[in-house]
Amino acid sequence: MQQIFNFVIRNKTFLLFLLLFSIALTLTIQSHSYHRSKFINSANGLTGGVYGTFNSIDQYFNLKDQNIILAEENKKLREQLFNSVNSSDSSYIDTTTYSQGKYRVITAAVYKNSYSLTNNYLTLNKGKNDSVKQDFGVITSKGIVGIIDNTSNNYSTALSILNKKSQINAKLKSTNHIGSLTWDGKSPEFTQLIDVSNFAPVKIGDTIVTGGQSAIFPRGIGIGTIDSFETDISGDTYNIKVKLFNDMTNVGTVYIIENLDRTEIKTLEASINE
Amino acid sequence: MNSVIGINIVRFIILLLAQVVICNNINFFGYINPYIYIIFIFLFPIKDERLVFLLVSFLLGMMVDMFSDSGGVHAAAAVCLAYSRPILLKTSFGMLYEHHTIKFSNTEIGSLITYITLGTVIHHFILFVLEIFNISNILLILKKTLFSSIFTILLSVLIIILFSRNRK
Repeated sequence: MQQIFNFVIRNKTFLLFLLLFSIALTLTIQSHSYHRSKFINSANGLTGGVYGTFNSIDQYFNLKDQNIILAEENKKLREQLFNSVNSSDSSYIDTTTYSQGKYRVITAAVYKNSYSLTNNYLTLNKGKNDSVKQDFGVITSKGIVGIIDNTSNNYSTALSILNKKSQINAKLKSTNHIGSLTWDGKSPEFTQLIDVSNFAPVKIGDTIVTGGQSAIFPRGIGIGTIDSFETDISGDTYNIKVKLFNDMTNVGTVYIIENLDRTEIKTLEASINE
Repeated sequence: MNSVIGINIVRFIILLLAQVVICNNINFFGYINPYIYIIFIFLFPIKDERLVFLLVSFLLGMMVDMFSDSGGVHAAAAVCLAYSRPILLKTSFGMLYEHHTIKFSNTEIGSLITYITLGTVIHHFILFVLEIFNISNILLILKKTLFSSIFTILLSVLIIILFSRNRK
């Protein structure tokens, strides 16, 4: 017993080092596996407060850019409004889609955005108090940004599409061939669409949109255009390099999307798996 | 003694804020960021308890991790740097370290640069190995280590020289 104590006291520095290092390593390994709820994340009062303070300064410098983005979005919405089928009849409101819409949209400001790491996250200023929960989609007016990962009372973190853990269902806009959107960790301008069937008519310049097979994103939200493509080593599928619509290095305001039928879809899918 | 603790607490907070608010957003050429918070570990008083030193370094790394959502990579790298610091001090300062008479404010600039370079490379290598976590990307790891190290070393040396009061 005495010897054990002596050993511990003699090597206390090394033992403490081992302890701290293994804690850090455990947290690292945990952060590399998908959706393991993390203890250490930036969705808490301290980090949110600090980022919030500095974000209010930062916002002034981005006002011009954000205004242009908003104006473009307004233009797009106006066009949709004027060109929609029912625009001539202003008294007409489609009650089936109006009162029981499938999606709820929450706006949020981006407090932190990283794009130079291999696993990138965003910190947003909406949390549980605004009924933001895990697995809600995050988009901008141009295209998708990521998926909500952790939430605290007033803040949330979102898994960026620039994250090696991210896998999002996507499809070609012209046909219904699906694939999953991943990131190789290299350039923040490009992501990779893998597992696209060999039968798909892939052309450079074609648009990629969300597939709507998961309960996270609505169908048909823009992702990007095809930059180049190659056949996979197995020869059965295409690997497509997608140039993103979104400039992921400049994201100011985002929309969080809640699918109101999500629980229903989840329970249905769970009952199939049993 | 109290003023030493005070200075270190202030340094801890300022370097942490500078790291997460400014340096994490530089993204020079898209991926190069300096990690200047390790200046705190370089300049921590030498005579003090090593256990406290390890714990404080771990805490600093953990805080940076919390702000940048990176799991525990900074904590691991910071603890490694803190643990290996005596060896670094011995190789770069030699006899001065043996006699416990190093004052960072008036050491030779050459030894200081050796010390910071060795420490930064160790820290950054562990950091990027853990962050990328895939040995087949060894080239990417080395590239990131090299460029970020250059950036961090330049900034660290500049900051230490600028803020040390009585350099000859």
